[in-house]
Amino acid sequence: MDIAELQKKLIAAARASAPGDQVPYAFEKRVTALLASRVAPENLDGWVRGLWRAAMSCVAVALLCGAWTFFSPAAASSTDLSQNFETTLLASVDQADQAP
Amino acid sequence: MERTEAELIAAVLKGDSASFEPLVQKYSPRVFATARRYARRESEVEDIAQEVWLKAFDKLKGFRGEAPFEHWLMRMTVRTCYDFLRGHQRNRESSFSDLSEPESDWLERFVTAPETASDNADAAKTLIGRVLERLSPQARLVITLLEIEDRSVKEIARLTGWSVPLVKVRAFRARAEMRKIVSKMAKDKYL
Repeated sequence: MDIAELQKKLIAAARASAPGDQVPYAFEKRVTALLASRVAPENLDGWVRGLWRAAMSCVAVALLCGAWTFFSPAAASSTDLSQNFETTLLASVDQADQAP
Repeated sequence: MERTEAELIAAVLKGDSASFEPLVQKYSPRVFATARRYARRESEVEDIAQEVWLKAFDKLKGFRGEAPFEHWLMRMTVRTCYDFLRGHQRNRESSFSDLSEPESDWLERFVTAPETASDNADAAKTLIGRVLERLSPQARLVITLLEIEDRSVKEIARLTGWSVPLVKVRAFRARAEMRKIVSKMAKDKYL
């Protein structure tokens, strides 16, 4: 069998049968409707994206503050906030005790 | 008064998506005819056409108007068809043992008297369809554009975005691939 000739014949057959160019009914309407429906979610997308970014920034700031509080040198010192508070609160009582 | 293409495009870019409709209406026949070269099922053809138009809408800002809108759109159509072929590679390894009776008869006629095997026969058309389905996406695209649509190498380079030497190399490989598949078809039938 002559393969080259068969190939030529098959190519000729493909050339002879050009595909149709018919378009389904109201295809253009469908495309425009699809585009219109895509526009609204796209506007919402902007808001959602913005809010997500804001939330992520807040979380990042909270984490940084937490880390700073936890690892700051003040945390390592012996003076404690609760002790300072207690001393201040009971200062007047101490003074009353010491008075003659 | 009917608006020109440039006016319609400008209106779409300003946010009037309804102005896109006349463009879809005008060029859809060409988009569908191209898509039918690569997809068999009508639902797939419609999906390709829809994707082409959505892409065209999204990328309209990139259309500079240096070349006609139709050329720009056809480039997008061919590239979308190529993406479709890459995503839907099927039946590439199967044998040709399941040829229908008319297809076998046509091949038989070709072997005994090649001149009597008509190019216009339905069997020949389905046979070439089977051969094309077994080609790799690249080879199918090149064979379709170069051999079936009779386009020049330069034109194919413009449509596909490949360089001219690359199109030549791929055309050489595509012809060899097709020859191999046609030989396999003959072998499956007669050995």
